Amino acid sequence: MEIEFCGIKMKNPTVLASGILGVNAELLKRVAREGAGAVTMKSIGPKEKQGHSNPTVLEWEHGLINAVGLPSPGYKNMENEFKQLEDCESPVIVSIYGASIEEFEKVTEGIVGYEPSIIEINISCPNTKKEGQIFGCNAETAAEVVEAVNKIAGKIKVMPKLTPQANNIAEIARSCEKAGANAICAINTLGPGMLIDADARKPVLANKFGGVSGPAIKPIALRCVYQIYEAVSIPILGMGGITNGTDAIEMMMAGATAVGMGTATHYRGINAFKLVADEMQHWMKEHNVENIGELVGVVHD
Amino acid sequence: MVEKPVMVKLKRIERENERHRTYYFEFDKASKAKPGQFLMVWLPEIDEKPISLSKISEKEIGITVQCKGKWSESICSIPEGKQIGVRGPYGNGYSTEGIKSAIIVAGGCGTAPIRPLVDKCIADGIETRLVMGAQNKSGLLFESEMKEKLGDNLYITTDDGSAGTKGFTTTVLGEQIAKEKPEMVFSCGPEIMLKAVLGMCEKAGVKCQLSLERYMRCGFGVCGQCAMNELLICKDGPIFSGEVLAKSSEFGNIARLKSGLEVSLKEYADWRQC
Repeated sequence: MEIEFCGIKMKNPTVLASGILGVNAELLKRVAREGAGAVTMKSIGPKEKQGHSNPTVLEWEHGLINAVGLPSPGYKNMENEFKQLEDCESPVIVSIYGASIEEFEKVTEGIVGYEPSIIEINISCPNTKKEGQIFGCNAETAAEVVEAVNKIAGKIKVMPKLTPQANNIAEIARSCEKAGANAICAINTLGPGMLIDADARKPVLANKFGGVSGPAIKPIALRCVYQIYEAVSIPILGMGGITNGTDAIEMMMAGATAVGMGTATHYRGINAFKLVADEMQHWMKEHNVENIGELVGVVHD
Repeated sequence: MVEKPVMVKLKRIERENERHRTYYFEFDKASKAKPGQFLMVWLPEIDEKPISLSKISEKEIGITVQCKGKWSESICSIPEGKQIGVRGPYGNGYSTEGIKSAIIVAGGCGTAPIRPLVDKCIADGIETRLVMGAQNKSGLLFESEMKEKLGDNLYITTDDGSAGTKGFTTTVLGEQIAKEKPEMVFSCGPEIMLKAVLGMCEKAGVKCQLSLERYMRCGFGVCGQCAMNELLICKDGPIFSGEVLAKSSEFGNIARLKSGLEVSLKEYADWRQC
């Protein structure tokens, strides 16, 4: 099940998506031990940020909705976590955010010395005003951020995470590739959406609006990855609604080299990664597929 | 059932003492909850907080809160008949399986989840002693109810001596362990007290189950906010065995603020007070 994703070796194609469980080094190491081929540390910002008040994470009938609001201790306060990650058994992806090109540069400078395997550039958070998807909805601004981060990142791979809210996700991915991106991550949560409680006559999330994830968004994620695959030649980390091995294989068929999961940990536990990797292996055996890489993009004409 | 709040009507509000109120409501999902489990309690437009169950029955569910801080002040001003949002129950709860004798140590607000635990212990035929402490007499919870249920097996301490023995719960715990070693010590209260309880249990070779608290968001194990080392307080806990806690470098030392910033337990406790 080993794969190579933009030069990074992974024991299997499953990746812990950012914003789920990845608040500290020890939890990330636990997820790696539970089978994830790579793990993503929760997005780090330029300074300490509280995030939104509760309720921030809720379930609805077909997935989760969240407006956590990018809380972060700030890159200056993360040294202890990075040090403890040195013996993580899977590659570590560090996600970063900023409200301006300068902030993205500052955070990159702050973390580049810890040499993560990949820097994920979060330009797609649907529930913050300044740091959110404004960068990811436009091909030029997305490319500007990628170019700025890439200059500082040196040999470290950079991977923008894109939003399904953009009406031209393939064009944005292409523009990021031109700006130096080594991979594309898609998709972030959908929306924002909202929940209303009829009895309370109020929105439920404190932020009113939040990103929608889980099985309900899988068709949109597949379509986005399919379109991106047609537009770029760099590898794609595909995610959105993957809960089992078949979901993961379908995502690879759409064009993903690796597959991310977040909400799946709610349905299946922290060992979702091992379970899904085993299910993928089982599928391959049944269908006489020897190398998982053969499946990447097979649905394209 | 999906993990989103359900609005429930407050049937009854009991004033326990100057600062504490118990709210009773019907919530079928929690009627078979284990002592030590908690609900996420939502006050629309105010906040949502994890609160442990202080009453578990087929008929009604209860939560006990201290009227301090923005969320608590708000809930304390809600009259009977009005609604609050609840989801859960979450967490693992205390395990009383196979135990014949226990000492329970409750400190301050930590007495809330101890109340259904005492009921469970009595129902299971466990020989139960309860050491219950607070800063002063007016901070004690369920005093007469516990007296009625446990008689001479109730030991009260206050920091200022205004009720029971002057001093800490841990002093009495030490005496009680020396008198007769129980099979299990259960505890809930300030983490500094829990750390002392763990130390005494380790020394005496007694097993223990302790209830911890950290700032939470989801309550069901996905966001990671309440991490203590690699443990999720909301899902792996909030009740942990002494063996697990003995290996944790953060227990009794470090907790995370809302931003995720690691701070000393004291700084965290000061922030949680407001």
